[in-house]
Amino acid sequence: MNKLIATILSCALLTAALAQDVAPDVLVKNVTQEVVGLIAKDKEIKAGNRTKLVEVIEAKVLPHFNFAAMTALAMGQNWGKANPEQKKQLTEEFKTLLVRTYASALAAYSEQKFDFRPLRAKPTDTDVTVNVRVLQPGAQAVTIDYSMEKTGSGWKVYDVMVGGVSLVANYRTEFSNTVRNSSIDGLIKELRAKNQGKK
Amino acid sequence: MRMLVIGLLASLAGCAGTGEERDPRDPFEPFNRGVYRFNDKFDEYLAQPVARTYRKAVHQEIRSRVGNFFANIQDLFIGVNNFLQGKVQDGVNDWARFAFNTSFGLLGIHDVASEWGLEKHNEDFGQTFGRWGVPPGPYLVLPFLSSSTVRDGVGTAIDYTASPASEIRPINLRNTLYGLYLVNTRAELLDASRLLEEAALDRYVFQRDAYLQRRRSLIYDGSPPREKLE
Repeated sequence: MNKLIATILSCALLTAALAQDVAPDVLVKNVTQEVVGLIAKDKEIKAGNRTKLVEVIEAKVLPHFNFAAMTALAMGQNWGKANPEQKKQLTEEFKTLLVRTYASALAAYSEQKFDFRPLRAKPTDTDVTVNVRVLQPGAQAVTIDYSMEKTGSGWKVYDVMVGGVSLVANYRTEFSNTVRNSSIDGLIKELRAKNQGKK
Repeated sequence: MRMLVIGLLASLAGCAGTGEERDPRDPFEPFNRGVYRFNDKFDEYLAQPVARTYRKAVHQEIRSRVGNFFANIQDLFIGVNNFLQGKVQDGVNDWARFAFNTSFGLLGIHDVASEWGLEKHNEDFGQTFGRWGVPPGPYLVLPFLSSSTVRDGVGTAIDYTASPASEIRPINLRNTLYGLYLVNTRAELLDASRLLEEAALDRYVFQRDAYLQRRRSLIYDGSPPREKLE
């Protein structure tokens, strides 16, 4: 019995260790294919069950994102002016907003093909961009670029660029406008209202 | 359409105000927001309902054929713009696409060229001017056409006048085709516009910033000099 537990434990540890060693482009490919595969098979999600889709994203995609870093980048100079509690709340609300948006984008997905580009980086690099292209007939392919940073718990995404539009950069003006016109707490309130569907 | 754009550009020169805390890229923000609201109402009460009905009534397969037909006509001038930007190989690629899709693809309704490995590009006169070093100038929201800049607005006017589609006669046929193009395009964008609504705190700002980022990326064909976020 003890031996069995030991084996299971060491297996679990080994998988965790392996997860850290997965190259960033391989990670993006695996996660994309897994999520797309899950969605294709799930009747409820296909029928428009948003809650279930969000659950899939939370389980499969979220662990590979560094939301604190994303929020800090989107906040720019105002990040330094926020206290730890505000930082925590901002990160939480921004995460919810991004997950909702991501769910909408995935819901519109209809079996387009992916072209996973080979990673152009040195093995020693700790900050890389992974390029994926979504192919569609009659139109230019849409590029998705994941900016990723190597951390103690594997590679983490800190920005996503869709068709050359950085998600994080795109929130910068909105965030700084809101902070300037009201306050950091005002921004938290506005994000919360947005997430609760009141805006 | 051309006179409308030119007239608009001229009238804008008169109303450049200097409000406090205005985004330097968008000196005409109050005016632009006015046009944006107008476009929004037009979209809400006419364009979107028509596009939704069209999407329900017309099968995806047919819609994509319609899209291909117009995309094929555009390839001709995408090629011209690639030549003007000195990208000869890309230009040849675009013209080969046009030749194959017009013939084997039955007037463009089948995008056979993509299947044969000839990739579709995205070019227009606004991008060519950008490649030549013309700065975008102030951000503009054009009636019906939405996000633009002074440079891209002039580019769009040339795109429309230069396009072979503008030569189609009788005029009724041309106008019908334009109408079909607009409805089909709006229908394809229904998902994207819903996404914008969900993502943005202030849709005007979100759309403006996305447009400016997108155009910058397109001018450099997807790899603009990196702006480091700090």
